[in-house]
Amino acid sequence: MSLLEVRGLRVTFGGRTAAVRGASLSVEKGETHCLVGESGCGKSVTALAVMNLLARGARREAEALSFAGQDLRHLSDREMSRLRGDRMAMIFQEPMTSLNPAYTIGSQMTEVLRRHRGAPRARAAERAAELLARVGITAPGMRLGQYPHQLSGGLRQRVMIAMALMCDPELLVADEPTTALDVTVQAQILRLLAGLQRDLGLGILLITHDLGIVARVADRVSVMYAGEVVESAPTAQLFAAPRHPYTRGLLRCVPVPGKVRRDEPLGSIPGVVPRIPPGFRGCAFRDRCPHAAPACAEAVPRQEAGPGHEFLCTLPPDWALRERAA
Amino acid sequence: MSGAVLVPAGAAGGAPRWLRSLGLALGLLIVGLVAFAAVFGPSLVPHDPFAQDLGNRLAVPVWMEGGSWTHPLGTDQLGRDYLARLVYGARISMVIGLATVIASGLIGTTLGVLGGFFGGRVDDAVLFVITCRLSIPVVLVALAVVGLMGSSFTLVILVLGLLLWDRFAVVARSTTMQVRNLDYVAAAWCAGASRAAILWREVLPNIATHLAVVATLEMALAILLEAALSFLGLGVPPPLPSWGLMIAEAKDYMFFSPWVIMIPGIALFVLVFGINLLGDGLRDMLGTQDAR
Amino acid sequence: MTAAIEVRGLRRVFRVRQGLFAPPRQVVAVDGVSFAVPAGSVLGVVGESGCGKSTLARLILGLLPPTEGEVLVDGRRLSEMDRRARARLIQPVFQDPFASLNPRRRVKDIVAMPLVAQGSVPAAEAARRVAEMLERVGLSQEQGERFPAQLSGGQRQRVAIARALVLRPRIVVCDEPTSALDVSVQAQILNLLAELRRDLGLTYLFISHNLAVVEHVASEVAVMYLGRIVERNESEALFRAPAHPYTRALLASVLTPEPGLGVPDVGLGDTLPDPANIPPGCRFHPRCPQAFGRCPAEAPAAWPAAGGGFAECHLLDPAAPGAAPREALRQEA
Repeated sequence: MSLLEVRGLRVTFGGRTAAVRGASLSVEKGETHCLVGESGCGKSVTALAVMNLLARGARREAEALSFAGQDLRHLSDREMSRLRGDRMAMIFQEPMTSLNPAYTIGSQMTEVLRRHRGAPRARAAERAAELLARVGITAPGMRLGQYPHQLSGGLRQRVMIAMALMCDPELLVADEPTTALDVTVQAQILRLLAGLQRDLGLGILLITHDLGIVARVADRVSVMYAGEVVESAPTAQLFAAPRHPYTRGLLRCVPVPGKVRRDEPLGSIPGVVPRIPPGFRGCAFRDRCPHAAPACAEAVPRQEAGPGHEFLCTLPPDWALRERAA
Repeated sequence: MSGAVLVPAGAAGGAPRWLRSLGLALGLLIVGLVAFAAVFGPSLVPHDPFAQDLGNRLAVPVWMEGGSWTHPLGTDQLGRDYLARLVYGARISMVIGLATVIASGLIGTTLGVLGGFFGGRVDDAVLFVITCRLSIPVVLVALAVVGLMGSSFTLVILVLGLLLWDRFAVVARSTTMQVRNLDYVAAAWCAGASRAAILWREVLPNIATHLAVVATLEMALAILLEAALSFLGLGVPPPLPSWGLMIAEAKDYMFFSPWVIMIPGIALFVLVFGINLLGDGLRDMLGTQDAR
Repeated sequence: MTAAIEVRGLRRVFRVRQGLFAPPRQVVAVDGVSFAVPAGSVLGVVGESGCGKSTLARLILGLLPPTEGEVLVDGRRLSEMDRRARARLIQPVFQDPFASLNPRRRVKDIVAMPLVAQGSVPAAEAARRVAEMLERVGLSQEQGERFPAQLSGGQRQRVAIARALVLRPRIVVCDEPTSALDVSVQAQILNLLAELRRDLGLTYLFISHNLAVVEHVASEVAVMYLGRIVERNESEALFRAPAHPYTRALLASVLTPEPGLGVPDVGLGDTLPDPANIPPGCRFHPRCPQAFGRCPAEAPAAWPAAGGGFAECHLLDPAAPGAAPREALRQEA
């Protein structure tokens, strides 16, 4: 049984835009699953849908949506909020969105434990200090008395992570947790997450647009495009043998030191991400795809290209190999 | 390439936002109707708003027992046609509202934009002037000036215009400060544009919508203040049919002929309500636009 | 040959008000920066946020006056140049294409703005050059009639590039031109910038926090830390054998899309640089994994590094006791 199981997730906003169109993914215990895609592909909406944090006016449907065997689809708001911050936690790109500027770090962190576990204040404070130290914050006792605006961006993100860990969650959903940070701090935060996962057996759903992060931290990758998971594979497999033309295009866009010579043009994907009306049929990438064919306007098959490697395309699984041979 | 159904994500589709907003539409309708009445009403209503007919005083409106279509809203205590006076009063309210907003808008926007754009000493001076203005009690000063100099139409506009510019200045100053730091202004500097060109083409168009919201609020305020001044006999001098003056003149008769006070009162309420709806709607549009 | 951009002893101090009664604090954003960019080359400037790279760009564009030092563009002092002449020589491309285009004007008017500001270009000529420029950056005439809000991020950045090039300047200052864009769009814009540079013989000052991007576009790289250039070298030499410990840490923290390597340990510790509180001696010493006794006491000189560049680090001082031999350093990199 997977820790998090999402099958056929659909999210629509006011019936006009389909943000997520039948996405499926699963996160195992102790695994990092990266959901990667460009802005507007629906990756953040997927995360919010899992946490039941979608804005009002959004509609969520799923064939399956379960956490540790518990069906999340029919939980009441109150049951869901009891789960959130306790057994499943979320961290965001901008820590200030979830830290309250009017309260100290300490009172916000202890509040989590007191609300979910009814822990006494002293024990909660002890746990908060312990976790701040755990996420690499020096002088945790002093930090507990500080307000969020007194901390730097990297420190705030660490506080967010520590706060998410207060109740020993089993699942951590992290939406672009390092995008606003400098590269040096990004590396530190990602190392921290990897270490915590190793020690605590956390399942992590990491949402990012950065293929570098994906390659370095993910066990499994799902590539999202226009609300669909177009390719899903173990990390090494995805980078070694990508099958979906979008994944291949995306990988060619990234300048890799030593691989692309200076001033040589990078691979790029022409056009822009389309907006998908409800009831859209066929492959959403076909307007930008170099391999588009008439069949792409019909229902697209989900194909297997190896163990745990699926992709959504009309091309045969071995098309890339044949193309290379030709 | 196949799918013609694909719409680029950047393009906005569907009905324009202002149509979707009911309040804005209602506000537009009310203000539009009153503006129409103010411009064309006096030539459409057959009666002269100043013509007295003492034989036909306080005639009841058409929907009451004994009313007639000759005077659809009845007549006042001097037998003047109430509809004609109401419509003429709309003209006075609108003219005072607009003229006040134009005068105070010019003063406030100029001060605010200069302070926000140039910063430093200029800004300190502008802030000082704004603070001085804010410490003046508007109503008392208006009463005093009009009381000293005698009431006249232009004096009311002048007094209100010279007193109500503070909100324009504050909003123009803060929005200019925000816009000044945006990269498109930096790009205009780098393109060699002059200060005047940057103010006129890059800054002003981008603070205009914020100022429009302030303008609606100030217009409503000016109309209410004019009514209050006229009610006290310090605004528009009789026999001009200002709504405030109509209310003042009607208050002696309100127990036996309640419509004479209700009709201008409702008109005033509806107009101010409509202007405020318009302002709220504009602000909502701004909000969604800024949120991108 | 005169350098396209030359900067001599540039220093910029900001005074930050802390409150009503507290004395203002001094923030040294750029501190003693000198360099020259030969015509036709690309100088990449890298560093973390707050290192002063954007302030440097604004000083070179003439948007900010320097506190000390001077900027020469094409051999002439920027401060003595007429604003129109300056505009014909040097132009910017900014990071956020949402903020760098006036939302109330049509694309073709945005691109025409520098021509209008010159005051001497006839309208028909301006319209012709705008149309030509839009086509050059890959936008249609129909898109020229639209407002910025109707375009995607990549299209907007193309508009910003068209506006920068419509006066045919020789130098373009690109301040993080692709960091607000998606990777697929970033590649399009980088390719366009490279193509334009080749075809029009442009010189770029290319500021970015993304080292992979800088390596791809820059012929020479300057690494900034708390307002100073701590290392500068030919792009290849710098990426092959970084001499400054900070450059090494930056390079180590780049996450290339190569699976299986894990996340590297950068080893910079938890202290973050604060431009309002610059440490004495070597400004990098509180974070430096190789700092020794001399570092907090004495600011390092610029020692030559392999490849013709320099690095400001005591470890490179051949006479310094306790300094590691050069060979060891290179191997470690």
